[in-house]
Amino acid sequence: MTLTQLAVLIAIALAGGWLLPPNRRAWALALLSLLAIFWLQPAIAVRGLDFWLPTAALGLALLTWAVSRPSPQTLTRSDGIALSVVLLLVLLVALNRYLPALCCLTPGRPPQATAVITGLALISALALVGWRLRARPLTPLLAILLLVSAFLVLKSEPLARLASAALRSASGQDASLASALDLRWLGYSYLAFRLLHVLRDAQEKKHYPASLPEFLAYALFFPAYTSGPIDRLPRFLTDLRQEQRDRRQDVRAGGLRLLQGALKKYVLADTLAIFSLDPANALQVNSPMWMWLLLYAYALRLYLDFSGYTDIAIGLGRLLGIRLPENFNAPYLKTNLTGFWNAWHITLAQWFRAYFFNPLTRWLRTHPAKPPIWAIILVGQTGVMLLIGLWHGLTWNFALWGLWHAAGLFVHNRWSEWQRARGWTAPARPWQQRVLAAGGWLLTFNFVSLGWVWFALPDLQSSLHVLQALLGMKP
Amino acid sequence: MTAIRNPHPETQDGQVSFARVLAKALLLFFLLNLLYALLQPQPALGRISLYNRLFPGRVRLPYGDVPERAYNLSLFNLEAMLASHEISAAPKSPAEYRVLLIGDSSTWGFLLPPEETLSAQINRLGLSLPDGRRVRAYNLGYPVMSLTKDLLLLSYGMHYDPDLVVWLHTLESLPRDKQLFPPLLQQNPQPVRELIQRYNLPLEAEAGALAKPTFWQRTLIGDRRNLADLFRLQAYGVLWSATGIDQDIPASYTPVMSDLEADDSFHGLQPPHLQPSDLAIEVIAAGVQMAQGVPVLLVNEPMFISQGKNSQIRYNFYYPRWAYDDYRSLMRSASQQNGWRYLDLWDLAPPQEFTNSAVHLNPTGSRRLAERLAPEIIEIAEQGK
Repeated sequence: MTLTQLAVLIAIALAGGWLLPPNRRAWALALLSLLAIFWLQPAIAVRGLDFWLPTAALGLALLTWAVSRPSPQTLTRSDGIALSVVLLLVLLVALNRYLPALCCLTPGRPPQATAVITGLALISALALVGWRLRARPLTPLLAILLLVSAFLVLKSEPLARLASAALRSASGQDASLASALDLRWLGYSYLAFRLLHVLRDAQEKKHYPASLPEFLAYALFFPAYTSGPIDRLPRFLTDLRQEQRDRRQDVRAGGLRLLQGALKKYVLADTLAIFSLDPANALQVNSPMWMWLLLYAYALRLYLDFSGYTDIAIGLGRLLGIRLPENFNAPYLKTNLTGFWNAWHITLAQWFRAYFFNPLTRWLRTHPAKPPIWAIILVGQTGVMLLIGLWHGLTWNFALWGLWHAAGLFVHNRWSEWQRARGWTAPARPWQQRVLAAGGWLLTFNFVSLGWVWFALPDLQSSLHVLQALLGMKP
Repeated sequence: MTAIRNPHPETQDGQVSFARVLAKALLLFFLLNLLYALLQPQPALGRISLYNRLFPGRVRLPYGDVPERAYNLSLFNLEAMLASHEISAAPKSPAEYRVLLIGDSSTWGFLLPPEETLSAQINRLGLSLPDGRRVRAYNLGYPVMSLTKDLLLLSYGMHYDPDLVVWLHTLESLPRDKQLFPPLLQQNPQPVRELIQRYNLPLEAEAGALAKPTFWQRTLIGDRRNLADLFRLQAYGVLWSATGIDQDIPASYTPVMSDLEADDSFHGLQPPHLQPSDLAIEVIAAGVQMAQGVPVLLVNEPMFISQGKNSQIRYNFYYPRWAYDDYRSLMRSASQQNGWRYLDLWDLAPPQEFTNSAVHLNPTGSRRLAERLAPEIIEIAEQGK
């Protein structure tokens, strides 16, 4: 997100937060967010794709809403109107092709109106089919599979390249120029998490009473669309429906948060980016000391960049009266790895805990084979960390990063258990506690930092090179 | 009974008045901009540097088009450029014979790593004088050909107490239309104007290229790009220290052009002869005068001599034969008339020792040039004792 884009979003959020009456907020946020996802989507070399991807995001949100409705419920007139308005808005955005005055709404020239109308008809038909078949247990599962499949294609370089080649061929472009970068679908990861949460809950018969505008405002909420946090629908609805709020306080708190975020992201993180570890400099550094410095710079930069974006999202949300959940809580100050993962990308960790770790460990505990507790924890934590790693991209290095943390978490868990079993208590004297905390912090921070070596570099070979260099094993 | 006044007027019911804080912040920002525009602290800010303190000084002046790969960048703050250079590390020691190298991208070392530049090659020779002083060369070359740009850098270099100035140049640095062309000059109009006035140079001090910055450009906001560059230069010090890289040298490049156009014009001038007035030789005179007794060795730097198509008309991409031959002759006679020490090394390096341009030497050529300059340096040093 550029500073200009940020300034525009702040202006929109300020105006929206002040001017919108509570009963119109859901409508306004849904429509504004829909426009924002077209506007923020980066340009793509495949013809029309930078229009179709935000449109597909809308389609997936509509499908999820339809599939997650409780089955006796009928489609209300209000929902029908909302659907029509939303589709009409997309059609208006597509008119960008013919009206230069709307030039800035889409990064490229939208497809022809007939193609857009056909696309919107398909999306509506899919949502309608989802609505009709939502009572069947297979329907949410199919929607989940659709979301996960898209995710796999986007995160796997070979699959993304194949998809790009197919799309290029379909649009009459040279398929030999296909690249995984062609499939830069802004915000898909976070959209998928929000929609999967609703679908999984629907499978568990937990239906949330969201109208279509409310659901679209949640799924496409522009402050959190690109980088999270991953909010939950019932919590979001509480804020959205709140009639009384202190707007001055919202502006004050939101403004402060935006300032913090901008400072973190655009000043500190972008400066650290100049000398952070990257695939090019990893092979050029000439001493262990400098390698450590580059690694620490990377660790800090990653935190400041991501938490800066989160601050910006929370600040924008607050201007609009939505209190997005926190995503970070001083993770680098934690004295053990479990503490780190309770403070780093909190909403993602909670999502995986709720929808993967808890069901899996529950199932293992009740399994006739009765695996020991340590094995259940090992399987659960390894699964979660592997998935979190692969969520960043289907590569060996991200998998190794996940396994690195899984191993660390397991060791910490066993260590804690070992201490507990022996009735070990924390030392009584404050200085001893401080020394212990400092040691824990040093160990945790360096373990996490070393883990970033897998994360920052694209392949095993360069990661091993850096690890050897850090240990002074490279000439 | 008088009401107790709130000791903190910004607070109401214990909460900060956001509007008042915002208003004060805006006022302070406005005042800061005004102060910045009036004080113009760029030179003072430029002298604050992490180089030579936290990071080792750079062995050549900062220059780079692709900072993220070169770990270097082009900026226009001369004080910052010099402060980042190793020459600013410490005052000259009595055991050092200090040689300043002034020149263009060839002297700077385009496509050469820091350890292969001319200054590094001279230092590698380990030259010593009979009195025990060791010759130490400093690279103050800077890309873009213009004698006035060299003069500006010399004016800064003279503060570092040199014992000898070696000024390498080629004909392309002398045409009048090249003199105020480099962005480094255009972004430093005041010191350039001072040079023009002090040495009475026939250059247009009030030319558009040297336009005075507007008030807006002098504010903190107007000058933000230069300030950011200053900051980025410090940040790139980490990677300079960590890697020793200060230039993005591609694995392959287009070699120097051997087949040439059948064009015999030179900067709008036509054969048969160059006139002394066509060239800014007075800038060299100004440089010698500026050196104030410090010997200046003028060197016509080696160039690529083509054997390819139309090489009977041109020596290389830059020069038609008639113009270059006349330039050599004009320089020789100007040096004789003015008593300048002049070394014409135009054909020192064979064609295979050039890289991507007619003046850029490869490491072998650079070493050859250093070895050729070494006896001259020793001789001048001994004469100056």
